[in-house]
Amino acid sequence: MQATHTAGAADHHADHGPQPTGLMRWITTTNHKDIGTMYLWFSFVMFLVGGAMSLIIRAELLSPGLQYVQPEFYNQMLTLHALIMVFGAIMPAFVGFANWMIPLMIGAPDMAFARMNNWSFWLLPPAAILLTASIFVPGGAAGTGWTLYPPLSIQMGMGMDMAIFAIHILGMSSIMGSINIITTILNMRTPGMDLMKMPLFCWTWLVTAFLLIASMPILAGAVTMLLTDRHFGTSFFSAAGGGDPVLFQHIFWFFGHPEVYIIALPAFGVVSHVIPAFSRKQLFGYASMVYAIAAIGLISFFVWAHHMYVTGIPLTGQLYFMYATMLIAIPTGVKVFNWVTTMWRGSLSFETPMLFALGFLVLFTIGGLTGLVLAMTAVDIQLQDTYYVVAHFHYVMVAGALFSAYAGLYYWLPKWTGHMYNESLGKLHFWLSMIFFNIAFFPQHFLGLAGMPRRIPDYAQQFADFNMISTIGSFGFGFSQLLVLVVVFQTMKGGAKAEARPWDGARGLEWTVPSPAPHHTFEDPPAFNPAEAHG
Amino acid sequence: MDGQYLNPKLSPEGIPPNIQEIRAAGNRRIVSILLAVVTSSFLFAYAQPPLYKAFCEWTGIYDIDRAQRVAESSIPARAVKLEFDANSHDGGLRFSPETASLSAKTGDIIHVTYRIENTRNTTVIGQAVPSYGPQHAGGYVKKLDCFCFKQQTFAPHEVREMPVVFVLERSLPDDVNTVTLSYTFFEVPAGSVTAPAKPGESRT
Repeated sequence: MQATHTAGAADHHADHGPQPTGLMRWITTTNHKDIGTMYLWFSFVMFLVGGAMSLIIRAELLSPGLQYVQPEFYNQMLTLHALIMVFGAIMPAFVGFANWMIPLMIGAPDMAFARMNNWSFWLLPPAAILLTASIFVPGGAAGTGWTLYPPLSIQMGMGMDMAIFAIHILGMSSIMGSINIITTILNMRTPGMDLMKMPLFCWTWLVTAFLLIASMPILAGAVTMLLTDRHFGTSFFSAAGGGDPVLFQHIFWFFGHPEVYIIALPAFGVVSHVIPAFSRKQLFGYASMVYAIAAIGLISFFVWAHHMYVTGIPLTGQLYFMYATMLIAIPTGVKVFNWVTTMWRGSLSFETPMLFALGFLVLFTIGGLTGLVLAMTAVDIQLQDTYYVVAHFHYVMVAGALFSAYAGLYYWLPKWTGHMYNESLGKLHFWLSMIFFNIAFFPQHFLGLAGMPRRIPDYAQQFADFNMISTIGSFGFGFSQLLVLVVVFQTMKGGAKAEARPWDGARGLEWTVPSPAPHHTFEDPPAFNPAEAHG
Repeated sequence: MDGQYLNPKLSPEGIPPNIQEIRAAGNRRIVSILLAVVTSSFLFAYAQPPLYKAFCEWTGIYDIDRAQRVAESSIPARAVKLEFDANSHDGGLRFSPETASLSAKTGDIIHVTYRIENTRNTTVIGQAVPSYGPQHAGGYVKKLDCFCFKQQTFAPHEVREMPVVFVLERSLPDDVNTVTLSYTFFEVPAGSVTAPAKPGESRT
């Protein structure tokens, strides 16, 4: 080892004595690849837990009336489903991608703060246990919906306190993860890689991490105020003591709207790598992509009250938030058109990652358009809290974030495991997901337009047919996700040997290291060829 | 941040040999800035209640104190006589106000107590229903708390004192100088209490 390897810069196992093995290896690891793998497995487990909860919800909604669960339990399921999917599945999944890929993409030996990285991950399991175990305490889990609106959240039992502490812990984890990512990206790039030559996934994560460190503490503050309102006699939100429940909604959505882009931006990043690779072209409009990401990140802090049109905000406010929300469509449109233009006259091939990226593109655009519909105050007052909203955000979250995560998984799996995955199984997974997703969620638009309210376990007769279709689709979608497990296990165990660069159109430093990526990479900064830039 | 601590550029001499030290110093600087962002963000959440109020008052777009101002209306307070009455359709219940009448001012918060005694050996479930004299004065009685809001269950021989808290609005018509607040206690017949739906029971 070179004498220049000083403590604090990065972790170098080769300098150390014998390494722990077995479980202790994973508990004590500071290696970004190990931690990335743990994040991805954790998020997949939580995805299955949250998915099982959604199937309970959909089973109850299969037909009108109460069949399987009580309304209180139904509310707990929908609350935990949302919290687990947002904080336990989607966010850790993209942090996992960031841990694995950002050091490889920018030619860094590891994340900037390797030990803190370990801590960020190991905070997650206790939080997940707190959240899921709250089902079994007296009074059950939080049943307020993930938005935790008072006065209901002030009145609920101890399950609410457990949810609040879980949010605190998850928030700490994401803040530490974000600090790590920002520092790594700003300061650990290989010499010569300017910010404007950096792979786009790093750009999306840089902006996402800034959104996280600015918005997560606000959520932490809001839930802490809830906690003191509940137990220590403060009245931030409790109307009986002079507080204002609507203020909580303002604070929550001031966090909650950037959170939407915290989930969406890394997904944009993955797609911005996959589409050029399988179009065998450079990404169209790199600079405009970067500016669009920054613009989305900035505007996301100024549109929060479009979630609150029916709280009695004044007309001036409604108009401002309506126009500001519509403004977001411009940078988002820039991104969609750039992806489409990247494919224009490209030499396209349709391997699984590309299929998921295209699925993302089509479905995310639908979700974005319904978002514009909901941005209009006059329309939203009719559609607020209906299934139209549920359909909208599942098109953005599932078809947006999840499909993009799958695109990234299939794209980088050969790099991680050293084997090619089973292409036919991958394609089967895509087509099952694509078809069942639309069967599950497209009818919910109709239900919402017809006036079916969300978060209610029962419904009027006229909604029965579409609900049955939606439930069939959701079970199909849920069970086809188990295919990923098969594909990943197969690929880990064997399969065709993957080359260092298994995709002929792929660019970037991550493809210059062998597959599987060795435990330690880029201990010395690699040479950077700007022609290889713009993933 | 000055260039000395930032990620080094590729110079003609190639990669600087002390790149690890430069990175470590840069990492420390960046993390201290980011921690400041996190802290100020957390404090920003706590600054919201006063900021929210100040913003609403400054712009006038949302009248946060509207409810309070309605209570402090510009109509002057005046003296009114209040009378309290209680009736029961059941000889087994003794129901009476603690105070038969009092003089009060409009706009004041008035607390009175009613007393009920179950003289029977059985449990009684029932609810008190209010009425007002004169009838149109009822619209000006704003109750903050009342035992009449809920069904009550009385154990055999139980005695209970129950509060009513209300405000008589200052907009009470001038011709009303005496307001009578009367409660009648109705027993809920056994078996007619609505039970929650059982699981599996279809609501069709």
